[in-house]
Parts: sequence; structure tokens; C-alpha cells
Amino acid sequence: MKCFRAISLVLGFLATMLATALADDASIRATIAKFATAKNFSETGEIVRELAAIGDARIERLLLALGEGDVAFRKSDSAVFIVQEKGQTASLFDPLTGEAAGEAPKAAYTKVKVNNSLRRAIRDAIGALTLGAEDPAVRLTAATTMFLNPDPANLEAIEAAIASETNAAVKAKLEDARASAVLVSDRPDSEKMTAVELLGLRGDRNTLSLLTAYGGKADGELKDAVDRAVGRIQASLAFWQAGENVWYGISLGSVLLLAAIGLAITFGVMGVINMAHGEMVMLGAYTTFVVQEIIRSQAPWLFDWSLAIALPLAFLVAGAVGLAIERGIIRFLYGRPLETLLATWGVSLILQQAVRTIFGPTNQQVGNPSWMSGAFELGQLSITWNRLWIVVFTLAVFAILLFVMKRTSWGLHMRAVTQNRRMAASMGIRTPWVDAFTFALGSGIAGIAGVALSQIDNVSPNLGQGYIIDSFMVVVFGGVGNLWGTLVGAFSLGIVNKFLEPYAGAVLGKIIVLVLIILFIQKRPRGLFALKGRAVEA
Amino acid sequence: MRGYNLPFKGLIKAGAFAAGMLAASSVFAQEDTIKVGVLHSLSGTMAISETTLKDTMLFLIDEQNKKGGLLGKKLEAVVVDPASDWPLFAEKARELISVNKVSAVFGCWTSVSRKSVLPVFEELNNILFYPVQYEGEESQRNVFYTGAAPNQQAIPAVDYLMNDEGVERWVLAGTDYVYPRTTNKILEAYLQAKGVKAEDIMINYTPFGHSDWQTIVSDIKKFGSAGKKTAVVSTINGDANVPFYKELGNAGIKAEDIPVVAFSVGEEELAGLDTAPLVGHLTAWNYFQSVDVPENTAFIEAWRTFIKNDKRVTNDPMEAHVIGFNMWVKAVEKAGTTDPDAVIDALIGVSVPNLTGGFSTMMPNHHITKPVLIGEIQADGQMETVWQTSGLVVGDEWSDYLPDSKDLISDWRAPMSCGNFNVATGKCGGKGVN
Repeated sequence: MKCFRAISLVLGFLATMLATALADDASIRATIAKFATAKNFSETGEIVRELAAIGDARIERLLLALGEGDVAFRKSDSAVFIVQEKGQTASLFDPLTGEAAGEAPKAAYTKVKVNNSLRRAIRDAIGALTLGAEDPAVRLTAATTMFLNPDPANLEAIEAAIASETNAAVKAKLEDARASAVLVSDRPDSEKMTAVELLGLRGDRNTLSLLTAYGGKADGELKDAVDRAVGRIQASLAFWQAGENVWYGISLGSVLLLAAIGLAITFGVMGVINMAHGEMVMLGAYTTFVVQEIIRSQAPWLFDWSLAIALPLAFLVAGAVGLAIERGIIRFLYGRPLETLLATWGVSLILQQAVRTIFGPTNQQVGNPSWMSGAFELGQLSITWNRLWIVVFTLAVFAILLFVMKRTSWGLHMRAVTQNRRMAASMGIRTPWVDAFTFALGSGIAGIAGVALSQIDNVSPNLGQGYIIDSFMVVVFGGVGNLWGTLVGAFSLGIVNKFLEPYAGAVLGKIIVLVLIILFIQKRPRGLFALKGRAVEA
Repeated sequence: MRGYNLPFKGLIKAGAFAAGMLAASSVFAQEDTIKVGVLHSLSGTMAISETTLKDTMLFLIDEQNKKGGLLGKKLEAVVVDPASDWPLFAEKARELISVNKVSAVFGCWTSVSRKSVLPVFEELNNILFYPVQYEGEESQRNVFYTGAAPNQQAIPAVDYLMNDEGVERWVLAGTDYVYPRTTNKILEAYLQAKGVKAEDIMINYTPFGHSDWQTIVSDIKKFGSAGKKTAVVSTINGDANVPFYKELGNAGIKAEDIPVVAFSVGEEELAGLDTAPLVGHLTAWNYFQSVDVPENTAFIEAWRTFIKNDKRVTNDPMEAHVIGFNMWVKAVEKAGTTDPDAVIDALIGVSVPNLTGGFSTMMPNHHITKPVLIGEIQADGQMETVWQTSGLVVGDEWSDYLPDSKDLISDWRAPMSCGNFNVATGKCGGKGVN
């Protein structure tokens, strides 16, 4: 009997539990159903806030989907679902439990539209929901979100989270979030003062933004404290600013060097004014595009390796085209610079139009592999991965080229032919072929440059045009015939350009650099590192 | 082989007959087609945008011929290539009108190319339909502007950011040439009229094809950390957009924090981009491919069949050509002739369906009425309309926000017939091309 009573008690207890759960579910579902009737973004935003206020962790899935634009309601009965589109049909999922709920054609439902302010509301709501998540990384994101979007209503939740937090990094972030929320709350001034002090220690741009915004509203002693903190942050940012300019300069310099390094061989070493140099870069970029296209359709898992695969191919493609140009046109024009200039310019137009005819005039999409996307923070300096890799890559190419020129027998032949052609020929070097392969090497390196440049610039038939002037500038400035000159020339032009840009603007900055180069060439016609000796006079 | 069996005389006869037929057919062709000039760059820098418009014109002419042509005659497209070379635009326009005797020309993209052909159209009295959004400050008798004027694109976009996103600080970034400079001047005047302080506006120009955006993106970040909601209004043109957005994405500037609204980025430009980092950034146009109305669906389908590529996108300037071409067809039918003077008069007031489910009308100032749509870039490279004007907006050729053009109006109907009538002095003439 006792036993029976106990069972019935338990059953009764379970039933009430279930009932409250069901009631909760019903009210959440009723709120969710309102998505179908919201007339504008602010009404949808209200629903998001209402859902967030319920505080059920299951809402997260729905909100995430809403932020991605994957929530829709059926046109026939206004039932709300999470959808995953595939072509013209979509799989439906229950908004609360995430269970599959069949499929429907695209035309049968309407998507709940989201805009930026709604996305912000969703981000904040998710931040509040995930403050107690299992994964510290998720909690950290939540704390960061709350730090960036201070809301006095969250203050108590944050304080509770700080009390129970065990992870030090998350705890520090939560303290920051608390401080930013305290500033906008109606807490006493003493507490705000501590918050300002705490934030003043952080010294990054986001904090500056928060403090400046608050500084406008504060008064008295508090305002002085804010001003002091703002001043301190600005001073530290100014220091980083100089570092930033150097880094941008190095990054621009590496792009210039990459574009110019092939020209340093064809123009610098061989003396051929090669106007089609930019088009070799473009061919390299298009090779990358073709490689990525094939990988996308045939072997998507290889995508992160696409650049590594494209490198040798681009070298071969551009090198082969270079070889053909040298054998077909340039070898008849040695010693006639004007004719070479015109002929290679014609070749560049032909190559451009050929690419335009084959691939179409529009930009082609070349993706960044995952290891080249995004940025990382170094102090207050934000360094993007693709730029960093391009700097590393450029220096590697430069080192390899230097090795080939100085340490291999082929490099020796090459230098011999450029320094004294007749003597080299007498020694049994087949000068015409050395010429051909030197030109092919220069073109091939331009092709490699194209692979790297496809990561930061757009891949279109005009790609090469943008680099040809800069490349000549670098080679002439650095000193014709000297690889080290090209390196120093490229980096100094890059850094000077980037230091001028914040003050003079991009347009004027470029003009000033050009004027400086003209003045410099007047003074030193042979560039930074002029070659000395008989070769120059020949 | 059959000719071998014919008697010699018969062979000559057949030959003469064939020659006669040939001559007749070419006379026939000259008399019985109406020629339409297409003046878009198919090579050079602008080919990236303009080639599609050439194809659009061929498509529209083909469709019209399927419907039985115009005034009982077939239409014939005359395509020339001005090769992105501005003086060549004038030469090719002259060739189209004087040598090929076209009845109307559809063409140009950049403002400088339009300015270069204006004197030719005035001198030879022909019609130009110009399909691209532009800076305004112009109204010419021989030109019909089917793209957006600043009040049909830039100003509604700024209004949206101000009202719906609560933006208080503005970066106006553009390529250094006439369209961005004029548009930014209008926007600056407009923002200041709305009470935005000068220190909350940052204006920045970059050269054509600028590819190193690190400094500017970092400047924008810095400008955006002054505690006020910041947005970028971008009139950056053409190829420079791709590296700009790539840098933005890599620098981690998200649309929720600093949205960028662009006036020169359409579906076609996005096709060359990995759009994932751009989701949420805005564009303002009068047409999006994603607009879900039957007219648009039918158009996209017919266009893809014509171009034989089921992934080709459509964009705003294409729609402008669709509207312009249909207006021209209707006006020619109304006038009963292709004579430019008659058609120019007949065009005013002509109303044709646009592709967003409404009607566009040619106004007396040679600009048309359009809805304005603000779209957010989606992961698939399409725009999702997040806001649109409740009605149609009439193109305002002389901006009300610039001191030297606010008194000017344009009305090409008799008796005024003036492109720059000054309402303050009551006289025709003032700033502008006329």
C-alpha cells in the first residue's frame, strides 16, 4: 500500500512537472509563432527580446538560425520552422527541439528577414543565454559580446556569473563586461570610478570607444577620470600606430617586391623592357583560379592545398608563355629598346584580350584557404594572415632566386652572359638559350607572384596593368641589375608610402612618392645600388 | 555539283539572279530594319561591367523581333567597341549616327564617357539612353537617364542608415573621379543639413584600381571607435571593391558594427567575391535580382535562356536598359516614326512596367521614376531587400543640396524646353552642359 502511495506521489509529481514544462513550451511556442506576423524589423526585434527574457537555453538554436536567415514560416498555416535550403527544396526543423519536420518546396514558405540591428539584438540575446554554457570558449564569446554591448539589465546576471566563474580568462573578460555595464547603469559614482579605472588599464580601441561615449555624459570628478583614461589609451594607441604603419609598409613593400622581382630579372638583368610583365602576373592568378575551380568540383577537401598546387603550375604556365615570347619576338629585337617596348606592349594587349575572351571580362572568384583568412592581434596591432603569409612567401622567393643566381652553374652562365656576351659565347655558353631561359625564369616568377596576389586583389584581365608601373618604379629605384636593390627599393617605397598615406591621403601620397623618385633619379640616375664596373658601360 | 549539269546560259542566269537577289536583299535590309546603336566597351577596364549591357541589348532586340519588330520592321543591333577609351566613345557615337544611321543609341557607363559623347548627340540630333546611376547635375535634350540620380540612391540609403541603424558618424569613401566627388559633396551637404557635425564626417578618396586598403580600413576602424555608431558610404568604383571588402573581412569589421553601404556594387561585382565575410553589408539600388515578382522571374529566365548560362546574374543597369528600351519602343509606336525629334517629344510621359512589380515613367526632366531598395548582401551573393521606399521616387537632376544647383529645374516640354531653368532668375541657362 505504502509502495503504491509512493508511486502515485511520484507519478503525480512527474505529471505536474510535465504540465509546467508543457505550459512553458506552449508559451515559448506562442511567442515563436509571432515571427510569422511581425510586420517590420523592430517587431521581430521585440520577439527576440521576449524570447531571450524567457531564458530557455533551447532558444539558442532558433536565434542562431534566425541570425543566419534560416528561419521561415509556412505560407499555408504560418507555422514557424528552421529551414535548411538545398536547391529548390528545404528541410524543415522544429524551432524548439530541432527535430526534423519534413521537407517543403522553397515557394511554400516565407523567410523571416533579418537586418543588422536585428542581428545585433540576436547577438546580445545569445550572449546572455550562453553566459552559463559548459564550454569556456562559448562563455568567453558571451562575455565579450556583453562587454561590447553594455546593458544595465544584464548587470546582475554578470555579477552572478563572476561569482561562479572558474576560468581566469573568462573571469577577466566578465569583470570588463561588468565595468562597461556599470558605466551605463544607475549605480553610485564610486562604483563607476572603479569601473573607469579598470577599463583604463585595458587600452584597446573598443574600450576607447566605450569610454568616449560615456565621457560625453559624465561630469565632475568622474569626467576627469574618464578623460585621464582616454588620454592614456590614446597615447598607447599612438605608439602602436607607428608600428602599424611600419607593418603596413612592409606588407605593401612585399607586394611591390613580389610583383617586381620577375621584372628585376627580365628588365634588371637582361635589359628587356617587358611591358607584358603584368600579364604574366595575371596568368599566374588565372592559373590559381583554374586550379581552384577544378578542386572545387573534383576534390573539395584539397582546397586548403590549392595554392601549393597552383604555385608550380603558375610557374610553368607563365614561364612557358615567357619562353614563347622570347623565342618568337624579343630575340629579334635585342638592342632595340623602343621596338621591344612597343612589341611587348602589344603582346600584353593580346594576352589581356585572350584571357577576356576565354574567361569573360568579369572578376573570377579565388578563395582564401582557411589558413589565410582572418587576423590575429599582436598587442594593439591587428595583423591579417594573408598579408603575413605574403611577406613570408615573398622573402622565400627572393632567397631562392638569390641562391639560383649566385650559387648554381646556371646562375653563373646567366651572369656571365649579361656581363660580357661575347666572352661568354667564346667560353662555349649557348647564349641564345641562356637568354631564353632567363626570360622564362623572370616570367615564371611573375606567375608565382600572381598566385599570391590573387589572394588580395581581384582576378580579372586587368590585374597586371595595376602592377606594371609600380614594378618598373621599384626596379629603377633600387638600381637596375641588382636584386638586393630591388628588395631595399620595394620595402622603402612601401614604408614611405604608408607613412605618407594617413597625412596626405592615398591619391596625394602616391603622387608625392612619384615626385620623390623623380628627384632621386635626377641625383642618382642608376638607382640606389648602381652596378659598378665594365658591365655598366657595355 | 548541280551547277555542273546546268547549261552554260542557265548558269549565268542563275548567277545573275542570285546576284540580283543579294543586291535586293541588302537594299531590303537597309530599308526595312530599324537600327539601334549599342555603345558599350567590350575591351579595356570597363569591359567588366559593360559587356553584360551589350548582351542585354542584343537580348532585348531579339525579344522585340520575336514579337514582330517595331512599326512592321525588324530591329537590327549595331554594336561598336569604344574600348574604355573616352575620346573613342565620341568617335564611335559619331560613326553610329552618321555612318550606320541608327535611330537611337543605348550606351556608356562612366560619367566621363557620357560627357564625351554629349556634344556628338547634340550636334547630330540623336537619342542616347544612359543606364547607370550617376551624380546628376545634368539634363540634356538628347539624353534619357534611366539610371538613378543621387536622390534615387544615395540619399535614401543615408536616410535608412540614419533612421533604422541609428548611424551618427559617417565615412564617405570613394574613388577619385567625378561621380564619387559630386555624390559625396551632395551627401556632405545633406548630412550637415540634417545636423551632423563636420567632425563626424570623414571623406576619403583613393585612386582607380586601388589595391592596398590596409591604412584606410584601419582609419575607418579608428574613426568608428569614437563611441558613436559609424557607417561607411562607399562610392568606390569597379575593381577596387574586391580588395576593399577582402581587407574589411580580414580585419574583422562586421556589418553589425560598421556597416558599409555601396552604390557601385551589384550582383555582377559580387560574383567575383567570396561573400561570406560581407554578409550584412548594404547596397542601394533600384532593382535586385532577388526581387520576387513574376515580371522579374520571367525576365531572369528569358535572359538565362538567351545567354545560355543558368547561373548568370542580373543587375540594376540591366533593368535600366530594359526600361529604357521598352520606353523607346513605346514612344516610337506612339510617334509612328523613329525620327529623333518626334521620339524625344513622345518619350516624355511614357510609362512602362519595371522589373520590381511597378511602373516607371519618363519625366519631363528626362529622368525616370523608380522605387529605391536597400539590400543586405547574403552569403550567396544576392541582396535581400531590407527596406524600400513606399512609392516611386522621381529622379532629381539638379540636387537641392548644392548651392549652385538648388534653383535649377529641367523641363523639356514646350514651351519651356530647358535643361537648366533657373527659378530664382526666371531664365533658362546656368550651370551645366547647355
